[in-house]
Amino acid sequence: MAENARQAGASSDSAGPSEALVRFAEVQKSYDGISLVVKNLNLSIADGEFLTMLGPSGSGKTTCLMMLAGFETATHGHIYLDGVPINNVPPHKRDIGMVFQNYALFPHMTVAENLAFPLKVRKMGAAKVEERVNRALDMVQLGTFGGRRPGQLSGGQQQRVAVARALVFDPKLVLMDEPLGALDKQLREQMQYEIKHIHERLGITVVYVTHDQSEALTMSNRIAVFNDGIIQQLAPPSDLYERPDNSFVAQFIGENNKLTGKVTEVNVNACGVTLDSGEQVKALPVKINGVNSPTMLSLRPERVLLNPNESECDTTVLGTVEELIYLGDHIRTRMSVCGRDDFIVKVPNATERSELQPGNAVQIGWKLEDCRALDLPATD
Amino acid sequence: MLVGPLFLFILFTFFIPIGDMLFRSVENSIVTDILPRSTKLLADWDSTTNELPSEAVFAAMVADIKEGRKARTITRVGQRLNYEAPGMSSLFRSSARKTKRMKEGPYKPALIKAHKRWGKVETWKVIKQFIPKYTAGYFLAAVDAKQELNGDIVRLGDEKRIYIDLFWRTLRLSLIITALTLILGFPIAYLMAILPTKSSNLLLIFVLLPFWTSLLVRTTAWIALLQQQGVINELLVFVGLVGTDNRPQMIHNEFGAIVAMTHILLPFMVLPLFSVMKTIPKSYVRAAVSLGAHPWAAFWKVYFPGTIPGIGAGAILVFILAIGYYITPELVGGTTGTFISNRIAHHISSSLNWGLAAALGVILLGIVVALYLLYDKIVGIDNMKLG
Repeated sequence: MAENARQAGASSDSAGPSEALVRFAEVQKSYDGISLVVKNLNLSIADGEFLTMLGPSGSGKTTCLMMLAGFETATHGHIYLDGVPINNVPPHKRDIGMVFQNYALFPHMTVAENLAFPLKVRKMGAAKVEERVNRALDMVQLGTFGGRRPGQLSGGQQQRVAVARALVFDPKLVLMDEPLGALDKQLREQMQYEIKHIHERLGITVVYVTHDQSEALTMSNRIAVFNDGIIQQLAPPSDLYERPDNSFVAQFIGENNKLTGKVTEVNVNACGVTLDSGEQVKALPVKINGVNSPTMLSLRPERVLLNPNESECDTTVLGTVEELIYLGDHIRTRMSVCGRDDFIVKVPNATERSELQPGNAVQIGWKLEDCRALDLPATD
Repeated sequence: MLVGPLFLFILFTFFIPIGDMLFRSVENSIVTDILPRSTKLLADWDSTTNELPSEAVFAAMVADIKEGRKARTITRVGQRLNYEAPGMSSLFRSSARKTKRMKEGPYKPALIKAHKRWGKVETWKVIKQFIPKYTAGYFLAAVDAKQELNGDIVRLGDEKRIYIDLFWRTLRLSLIITALTLILGFPIAYLMAILPTKSSNLLLIFVLLPFWTSLLVRTTAWIALLQQQGVINELLVFVGLVGTDNRPQMIHNEFGAIVAMTHILLPFMVLPLFSVMKTIPKSYVRAAVSLGAHPWAAFWKVYFPGTIPGIGAGAILVFILAIGYYITPELVGGTTGTFISNRIAHHISSSLNWGLAAALGVILLGIVVALYLLYDKIVGIDNMKLG
């Protein structure tokens, strides 16, 4: 576990500490003085980056965000903003924009008054306030809604106002705490693009908290996967999906077939694993403890091939089709493989469909690098 | 059908009593009911000539009094007219005895002989004034005014004015009590809203505990605390703040009434405030702070406006309860801390002037309704939240 934290720290340090806008240095947080909610967090966020903190509820991601915003204090360690420690800076002096889960628009003010609020508390002149408010409203395509109350707007419109309000005073850093959680799926996807485009256009730094992995994959430059108060992996979306560092990340991000077994031999680029069902397979060693240690093999469903040529694959096994689910562009096939009956294969539509019938035996295979040998998950 | 029992209950315990009160405050059929013959003839009498009515009127009056004496109702008309002109009660009582011997006319000299007031035009004017079945007399009395015999409405002399001052005092004390409950209740409600559930439940119990205690116990407890030989005075003397000879009078006056009623009505302010504050998300203040507002500014500009529906509900509840409060001012109000309701109770149970009590009650009800409408106009009743 400590190894992971070091790894996260190392990869962010490679971005160069001079470029870091935000830096968490050995930050710990405990609410009750006994158990740590955040355990020794080291994280650097580069200027202009879109970083997502992703994790299940209770993983410490929101606590990290609240410490950055100043609503929670770190029990141990320091948080730097622009190189300056901000542990003792009260939240209203941090100049960090924030979008809340339920938008937190002030219901007794109009949209324009909501947007003018951060400007007025900064004692800005009336003419300038109006100009900035109008510009912010135009940015989120709500130019004519300034006179309305938040209660008169739809969820998506309220969301845009909340984003505009967090940006209207030109903060360098904007925090977003599951801002799209209350929207329906279609609107959520649309807003993901809008927020992403605003981020690209303004060049601001965004720290985004979500438990929705597709949202994280869509929007982020880098994703920090949280679990149990620790960053399990910090990587760009494609790395996270294709090269998970451990079994938690493999299972949390995307769909994952798992096969458990014991390591029999370890080389530099390959290891031999004897599955619980007895088969011998080869895998890429990623996180194993040497010979004889238990391991979980991770295989993405779309990387499993049906009836492969021997040359294409490093491993082939025989599976039995259990169930077919037609999904248009592909067919989700559940198979019994190596003693497990929850092995999923995504079969592209229009190829080899005919032989897929429940009960049929089919040869399947995969490449060595697609089968990653990881640690055993904590609970299985 | 299911609301039938409730409907009947409300009808009999709410609408009918209020309707009866409204009716009693203007109702005046007693004079014509008990003096049917004479009032019929008096209606044609021209009171402006300053001449006594004719022999026929006197004959009718004697007949009316005789019959009223038999029916034992004659003293009631005397009592009624006594509210307007002192002495009328004894006039009818003594005349009633003497009419027994009046067998035949002329009745005019006989009646005047029985009581000399029958020979005065004013006596007859008073009776004629109260012939109409409905009267504004009670309402005029309730605002310290009366109708002169010539029809002019005048204010009573300074020494006779009671009710206007009492109404003002009732309104003033109720406003003070409402303001005090708000000042004391707002921080409690705020604490209850922001503390973790465990501590806020404990606070809630402290707020509700007095609710579960008898009103009488709480009021008398204040007597024990505030009286001149009471806990607080003893403490002040002990600390040396006041001498033992000039202990401040803290009960049986305005001060005592305000203290006791503020305490008793406090939950009615705290509970609506709490229920409104509970619904204000914490993220509002956080959002305001993250946007750069100082925590005080965030509280004042963002949190406080959200509590206005609760303030409105609590204030209107406490004010309306205070304005009609009876038992506490009766026990601890003394002479300077009594409310209009104590006067109403006096007229209902002691002086038996139900018409005046009803008129005072109607005015009180009118004030409450007017304030309610005013509140609706300014704040909007839809904004009020009780829970």
